[in-house]
This record gives sequence, C-alpha cells and structure tokens, in this order.
Amino acid sequence: MSSRGLRQLATQTRFDFVLLWRNPLASFFTVVLPLIFLFVLTALFGNELVTPVGPKLASRFVPGIIALSVVQASFVNLAMVTVIRRETSILKRVRGTPMRPWVFMGGLVATSYVVIALMAVLVVAIGWAVYDVSLLWETVPSLIVTLLIGGAVFCALGLAFTKVVPNETSAPPFINLVVLPLYFVSDVYVPASDDTPQAITVIGDIFPIRHLAVALQRGFDPLSDEPMWPVTNWLVMAAWGVVGVLVVIRWFRWTPKG
Amino acid sequence: MKSPAIEVTGLHKAYGAFEAVAGVDLHVEEGEILAFLGPNGAGKTTTVEILEGFRPRTAGEVSVLGQDPAKVGSDWRERVGIVLQESQPEEYLTAAETVIMWASYFADPRPVAEVLELVGLDEHRDQRVGRLSGGQRRRLDLALALVGNPELLFLDEPTTGFDPTARREAWAMIDGLRDLGVTVLLTTHYMDEAQSLADRISVIAAGQIIARGTAAELAETASMQTRISWNPQDVPLADLPEQLRAAAELLDTSEGQRETSTDPAESQERLVILTDEVTDTVAVLLETAARLGHKIESLEVQAPTLEDTYLALIGDAERSGELTR
Repeated sequence: MSSRGLRQLATQTRFDFVLLWRNPLASFFTVVLPLIFLFVLTALFGNELVTPVGPKLASRFVPGIIALSVVQASFVNLAMVTVIRRETSILKRVRGTPMRPWVFMGGLVATSYVVIALMAVLVVAIGWAVYDVSLLWETVPSLIVTLLIGGAVFCALGLAFTKVVPNETSAPPFINLVVLPLYFVSDVYVPASDDTPQAITVIGDIFPIRHLAVALQRGFDPLSDEPMWPVTNWLVMAAWGVVGVLVVIRWFRWTPKG
Repeated sequence: MKSPAIEVTGLHKAYGAFEAVAGVDLHVEEGEILAFLGPNGAGKTTTVEILEGFRPRTAGEVSVLGQDPAKVGSDWRERVGIVLQESQPEEYLTAAETVIMWASYFADPRPVAEVLELVGLDEHRDQRVGRLSGGQRRRLDLALALVGNPELLFLDEPTTGFDPTARREAWAMIDGLRDLGVTVLLTTHYMDEAQSLADRISVIAAGQIIARGTAAELAETASMQTRISWNPQDVPLADLPEQLRAAAELLDTSEGQRETSTDPAESQERLVILTDEVTDTVAVLLETAARLGHKIESLEVQAPTLEDTYLALIGDAERSGELTR
C-alpha cells in the first residue's frame, strides 16, 4: 500500500475508534456486555474444578467470552455502524470523494482488531486474576492466528449482512436475530458437553461462531484433545469469510435504502 | 479556449417506461453559479446525481470538468465537492475532527482552520456535531464539500431549514466562493436564493428544461408584467382615463377579514394594473390624482419576482399538452 493509503487508513482508524469509544451504546455492546456475561456465567455456574486435576470451570467460559467479544467488535459493530452510515448518506458522501472504498472500510476493520486485541487481553487478565484461569502460553501463536482470522471473517460478514438490513431502526433486531441464537449453539455461553443434543452441535458447526469459540478453547484447557493448530476451524471460518467478501464485492450498497 | 465546467446535451434517464429525465441540456461556465430549479419529481435530483457520477444515464452527452462522470476516477473526485440534500455527519466527532477526517480523503486539502473559518464554525470547532444546531450542521456539510479545494461544487438545497439570518449568512458564504473561482451548481426551492446568488438559472419540469437565462430573461420568457396597484380611494376606477380603466382590475386582498371590518377606511381593496409600460402608466396615475387633488401614497410598483416568473413558467408547462406524462 502507498504511504498515503497507510496515512489515510491510520486517520480513519483513529476516528472510527473515537466514534466507537464515544458512542455509549456501541461501547457498551462491544466492551461491557461480554464482561457482564463472564461475571454472570461464573456467578450462575460457579468455578469448581472440572476434574480432580483441573482446570477450573471458568476456563470453559473465558474462550467463549473472547469469541463473543470478537463477534461483537466485528460483525455486530460493523453491521450496525455501516447501516447507520448508509442510511444517513455518509457512505454516499464518502463515495463522492477520492477516498478509496477499501481504505475507508479498512478503518473499521482495523478498529475491530484494536478492540479484539484489547478485549482478549482484558478477558484473559480478568480470568487469571479473578477466576484462576491460566492461559497456556504455548498456544498463544495459534490463538493469535485464530483471532486474526476471526476478526477478518466476522468483519466481512458484518459488511455483507448490511445487504439484508432495510434501515437503521431495523438494524439491531436483524443483527440480534442472527447472533443471539447462534451464541447459544456455538459454545459461547455454555460449552458443549457429551449431554448436548446432536442437533445443537450440528447447527453450531455449520456457522462460523462455534469454530471460533472451539479454536480458542484449546488455549485454556490443558486436558483438551483438540489439536494445537485448529486448521479445520480456521478453514470453515475462512470459507464463510470468502462468502462475505464476495457478497460485499457484488452487492454492497453505498446509497440509502430507506 | 476556456472549456465549460459542465456541458450536457440530450440527457435521458428512463426507469422502465418512465422517463425521469427527457432530453436535458445544461451549460455551466467555469466560475459561474447556475441555479437549477424545478418542482419535486421534475428530474432535478436525478440529473444532478448523474452529473455527480452517482447514477448511470440512459442516453445523452455529459461532460463535467472535461470528463464523463460515468467513467471518472479519484483524480476527478479530487476536483469536485458535493453537498447532498440530506446527510448527517457523525454526531460523536467534534466539528474540527470531522473536517480533519474528511481532509484526509483528499490529496491537497485546504487547511482545516481555514475551512472552519470560511463556513463560520471556528468558534464551534471543539463542539460535538450532535450538539450543533441544524444550521451549524449544514455549514459543516458545506465545510466537508470545501475541504478538498474543489473547482466545482454541487449544492443540493443547501439552506433548507435555516432561519432567515442563517440563510443570509450562507448566501454571503456561497457568494464568497465566486472569489475563489469555484463553479457552483445550486439546486434550491427558494427563489430568493436563486435570485440572490445565481448568474443564470435553468428551470426543469417533467424531465425537460423549460426555460434558461438570467432572472430578467426568464421574466421575459414568461411574459411577466410589472404590477402597479393603489387604493381606489386615492384614484377611483371611474376617474381613470379610458385606456387604463380597461386594464385595471379591482382586487380584494383582505379575504376573510371582510366580515369583521365594516369601516371603509380599513378596506383592503386595491386597483391593480399589470403592464409593460410602467413609466407611462404611473405618469397617468399621478396626473389623475393631481387633477382630483388627491395624494396617491398607496401606490405600489412591483417588478415580477423570480417566484412569480417560476410559478408562471411551471404553470405554463403543466398546461402544455406536450409535457404531460
């Protein structure tokens, strides 16, 4: 990328981050809500040892909450912000400037990555300090790849999803209709166990959120028999990402629908 | 030879069988302010969006800054500023932050402080957009269109929702763009705005240009006449010379007040003459008043306003069979 393109990306990211930070609703749903879920889940289910040799039960919640943070910071935030910008003609105006579309969108993607990094560190720190959950350091490279892939995939899907949202007031229900049920079948709140009905895991496996959550679980569970490099989970997520990018290229809309 | 900023011939835009734009010609010289007027649904916004490169056209030749807007790249976008009819900048940034962000979109932006001063927002630079008044937000809109240092500016109803003072200020600002050599295509519903700012005017109705020229030339096209009126108590109809008596009409301008007022002194009746012969008519009236020993302090002479002209033009177009769709 040219140095001018990089400068533009940096400026756009800076202001997209400021906008997220100053918007009470957006910052609540990306930062505060995942933390509330972490506290509520541990309060509800306790934090006993899962087996006599560990780990603590909260080690099952921490990766789910990180997955939740990723989806909120990328899919949910991008879809919401972009629908509002489209309907208030901000996208149309940007289209009328020399700003290249992918640099403009890149600002939102980079902002998501910043938030994902902050949230991952924060949730791991709270898990360690409050719930005695240790990160398995040898899995960190694998976790970083998972977060990089997850961030990109859910950003692409968030931009693609704006296609079906008719206007800004319908954005929250449309987005929640998709993510809320998926969180329940995707190991985000409660990890699947041997008792989980097969239908639930099958549905969860079709969509990308469970693959994100499962790929993160390995980083906190020393007894896990999941592979160190969860390539299958990455591939399923990437396939969804490709679909998202194709939808954006073919159908992304810069002018208001309403 | 200086080439025009905008040159449009035979522009057509069809949506199925419906022709939103049906053969529009436009010509805007460099550095000129052209007002583009027309009722809602006349094809105004469609035409402007084609010129801005937002919409493809069905047929016709279009050249904006020497290029076809359907095929332009970012070089062309560097030279064009756009104020949309409706748009809302992000409410959680300050005015200055918003301009800084937009400045980064352009290769050679105007300094941020200069732009804020140009639109009169320098005192509000650190205020969040969400806390700016409607008029201030609209000025910020204009700032975002100016920050790229454009040669050509599209202004779509830039002062809608302004109070009269804010409107005058905006006019002064737009008029100031002339000194910067900026070409402006101004779309508006306010005739006084067009009259005060525009060098020339084009009127569109039912997808076609029905009149073009200066305000005075339009008045001529619409055969508009000057309105001379006075209180009939000063010079009664019966005392007028023959040729004026035939032209004069008695109008009651106090519709609805007649019931409550019986005092003839409060009568709102006026005698009205529409004419091209202003000096002669006024001279005869003054003579008649002098002969009667009356003063004619109620005399009013009104040149046709652009609004009268516009309404007459649109009315003619609607009555004309070839334009009904």
